[in-house]
Amino acid sequence: MEIQKKVKYEEELDSGFVDEIKEMSRCEEIDACIQCGTCSSSCPMAVYMDYTPRKIIAMIKSGFKDEALRSFTIWLCPSCYTCQVRCPSKIKITDVMYALKRKAIEEKVYPSRFAIPVLDRQMSRLIAKYGRNSEMWLILNLYLKSRNPFGLFKMAPLGLKLMKTGRMSLKKESIKDRKQLGALLKAIKEDTR
Amino acid sequence: MNGYVYYPGCSLKGSSRAYEESILPVFKEIGMPLQELEDWNCCGATAYFSVDDTMAAAVCGRNLALAEKAGKDIIAPCAGCYLTLKKSNIFLAGSQPKAAKILKDLKSVGCEYQGKVAVKHPLQVLSEDVGLPKIKELVRRPLKGLKVACYYGCQLVRPYTDFDDPDYPTKLDRLLEAVGAESVNYSAKTRCCGGSLTGTIEEVGLRLNYILLKEAKRKGADAIVTICPLCQFNLEITQDKAGRKYKDDVAMPILYFSQLLGLAMGIAKEDLGFSRSIVSLKPVWKKLKNGGML
Repeated sequence: MEIQKKVKYEEELDSGFVDEIKEMSRCEEIDACIQCGTCSSSCPMAVYMDYTPRKIIAMIKSGFKDEALRSFTIWLCPSCYTCQVRCPSKIKITDVMYALKRKAIEEKVYPSRFAIPVLDRQMSRLIAKYGRNSEMWLILNLYLKSRNPFGLFKMAPLGLKLMKTGRMSLKKESIKDRKQLGALLKAIKEDTR
Repeated sequence: MNGYVYYPGCSLKGSSRAYEESILPVFKEIGMPLQELEDWNCCGATAYFSVDDTMAAAVCGRNLALAEKAGKDIIAPCAGCYLTLKKSNIFLAGSQPKAAKILKDLKSVGCEYQGKVAVKHPLQVLSEDVGLPKIKELVRRPLKGLKVACYYGCQLVRPYTDFDDPDYPTKLDRLLEAVGAESVNYSAKTRCCGGSLTGTIEEVGLRLNYILLKEAKRKGADAIVTICPLCQFNLEITQDKAGRKYKDDVAMPILYFSQLLGLAMGIAKEDLGFSRSIVSLKPVWKKLKNGGML
């Protein structure tokens, strides 16, 4: 049996990670975490996470960048903000999760076929292009890009009910002034580069 | 600002038409007819903030600028839109260098924004601007005998807590009591429905919604009343599958608060979007018949 080291040595950690996430989430309070676990016990998704929110904060503080960014936890956060309003150290935990998601996309270490980041990216694309989300197109894109066309068939009975009650349409929604929106997003891109 | 403009967002034009179809007549009945914000764009919801928060704040800024140009504050019935627009509004008013850049870029495309617009949810406007006494005056058919579980979900009461309590809000309960319904003590009232998880990881979505449905059943509610299109959608579409998976009957009508308000104010049942429900509303009609209403 080969003995392997399970925990990282200090020099293998990224000591600058905490500052990066503090800036991205506009949350200086990360340093003030007392590891009380109120966030994890409040989280409706904690039972499904690979690391609980409390652990994620500890990992950020200690520089376990790779582990935090590659975790499923950050994508499972549904932004219900329960942890954030309860945190006694006033850490904006939901905003920290958002920052980790963005960082994971930036560094291309997110699970690329996992449905949640696929949905986020597809919806953002629809809005940047048309100014509006089209629910039906978003769902189609979700199943195709997460390579789960079978999921679409499973959705068919529900789709039928929604069609019957006039709650689903194949129309592609769009704002009138797409030119203005395009110019705005272009200016932002140039400005923040 | 003087008066409100209506921001529908994607859901109220699609899967949650019934919300639009009931909230507009209710505001008309109150004497505050709502105009739709001209050429509004999507708020970006949680998705855009997960991908690019600068772009996300900018697209929200365009909506805020359009409302400011119209001289109105925003009413956003979707809790997701409400929070996203409010969050961006606060960010753009702050002193972050990024906010200044976004405002400059907005101005450069003809969307100057000075930060004058307030973003509100209709429940807030009904509770604070209109007030319960006025709403009571408008009741023509009190919802006597109907037991409701008032479900607030997450983003209306968190993270901004300036309108109601983040854990145990009561404004919706008081509003429905004002129109004659009985509100049960619904302890899951701010527990998360999972949002888009119902579409992405179905098993998890089923579980979260099962918990919400089960608690409402346990408390003897005839219906769950929602203030958010995604909550309504999730609670409705999951109950069939959740019932089979957990071998439990959790079938229950899921209504928008505006549908019940409209009903109580005497607006015709046919004009409040009830026909768009994919679950049976019989338990509600039966109770209201018993209460002598229909």
